[in-house]
Amino acid sequence: MSGASPFLRMWGGPIVLAILTAVGLVSALLGDGVWDYVSAVALGVPTVACAWYGLRR
Amino acid sequence: MTPVTVRRWAWIHKWSSLVCTVFMLLLCLTGLPLIYHHEIDHLLGNAIEAPKMAPDTPKADLDAVIAAGKARYPNKLVMYMSQEADEREIWYLTMGDHPTDEAFKSVAVDARTAKVLAEPSFEGTFLGVMFHLHVDLYAGLWGKLFLGFMGLLLVVAIISGVVLYAPFMRKLEFGQVRRERGPRVKWLDLHNMLGIVTLTWALVVGATGMINTWADLLVKYWQATEMAEMTAPYKDLALPSKLGSMQEAMDNAVAAEPGMQVAFVAFPGTAFSSPHHYGIFMHGNEALTSRLYKPVLIDAQTSEITDRRKLPWYLTALLVSQPLHFGDYGGAWMQFLWAMLDIATIFVLGSGLYLWLKRGVQAKAPAHREDDDVAAELREPAYATEGEAR
Repeated sequence: MSGASPFLRMWGGPIVLAILTAVGLVSALLGDGVWDYVSAVALGVPTVACAWYGLRR
Repeated sequence: MTPVTVRRWAWIHKWSSLVCTVFMLLLCLTGLPLIYHHEIDHLLGNAIEAPKMAPDTPKADLDAVIAAGKARYPNKLVMYMSQEADEREIWYLTMGDHPTDEAFKSVAVDARTAKVLAEPSFEGTFLGVMFHLHVDLYAGLWGKLFLGFMGLLLVVAIISGVVLYAPFMRKLEFGQVRRERGPRVKWLDLHNMLGIVTLTWALVVGATGMINTWADLLVKYWQATEMAEMTAPYKDLALPSKLGSMQEAMDNAVAAEPGMQVAFVAFPGTAFSSPHHYGIFMHGNEALTSRLYKPVLIDAQTSEITDRRKLPWYLTALLVSQPLHFGDYGGAWMQFLWAMLDIATIFVLGSGLYLWLKRGVQAKAPAHREDDDVAAELREPAYATEGEAR
């Protein structure tokens, strides 16, 4: 991300994760079945990101 | 941001976090088993299951269901009866000495045979203790409101944390953790990374938790306004001496709201009805509509409908905020992710506390590196400005 603007360099990741979290929280409210899977994937990304950045050496 | 602005936000972040952290750690730890309360109930053998019968087995008369509860507790009256959406074969009766008895008894009755299945125990069980520590600290409404205030501080801490994210991350890549720079820098980076990654989730769960602490007050307000309006003609009448048929009342409610199912019934004098009415609360079948109730008010003597209206916006907001706090609306994956994000939040809280406890350690170093300048802000009032000037 070195070519990105300073704003995106700092806030790009947080914004993407915020949007994914919001999508994950809302989609399971809207319906069952496929909506629940969309939610699991969308909420799964920040969860995996915690583990990835937290545990990598 | 000027150094002064950063210092102000750092002050806000420090104090809002410090005051609420211990309680937030308690809420995160007790919330963890509550995410899995159904599973834990099953594991501990406390779950109540109705005997298997053909799915089209006719349901028992509701008045017989109520009679079964009354036979168990002849001196108590029914306060509520309710069903789980996916468990229509059981009615749960809440019975007390008076309509607002907090030391109520629960009785589970088979919806098909009208036989008492069990008396669910909750107080004193593991989940009961977790629930109280999570919801009211055994201090009733004031306990709830206190935790709600802690939730407000958490929201302030999260927002101020986001504001501080920029000056702290000026020289770092997203997600970068400087492990080679000693435990304090490592935990500072982990605190910032986990905090910003879980930001939206923590904000939503924190804010909806806070809204939930106002539930009792919102319901009281609703009862004093809309409910009072709907039941105004009954205001001066004598209290009903004998209650009319619940089965008839239910038939009328179901006929009036086709496509909806009953969630719970509030008996006369409880928080969700008037002294003269059954409040039958219906809900839909869809993911969202199953969360939203529509009350049908039934004259408790004649079993005829008095009024039915949509809930006001503040109760709708409360009901929508509940699943967003509980994480119980997206199946097993959501439960799991809720638990993981809860644990990540425990790390954010714990590392924040650690950073505060260790605030003096590196400030003693004679010369500091540039990218520690802002980090120094949280532990020392002296602010080094050379890094901030761009």
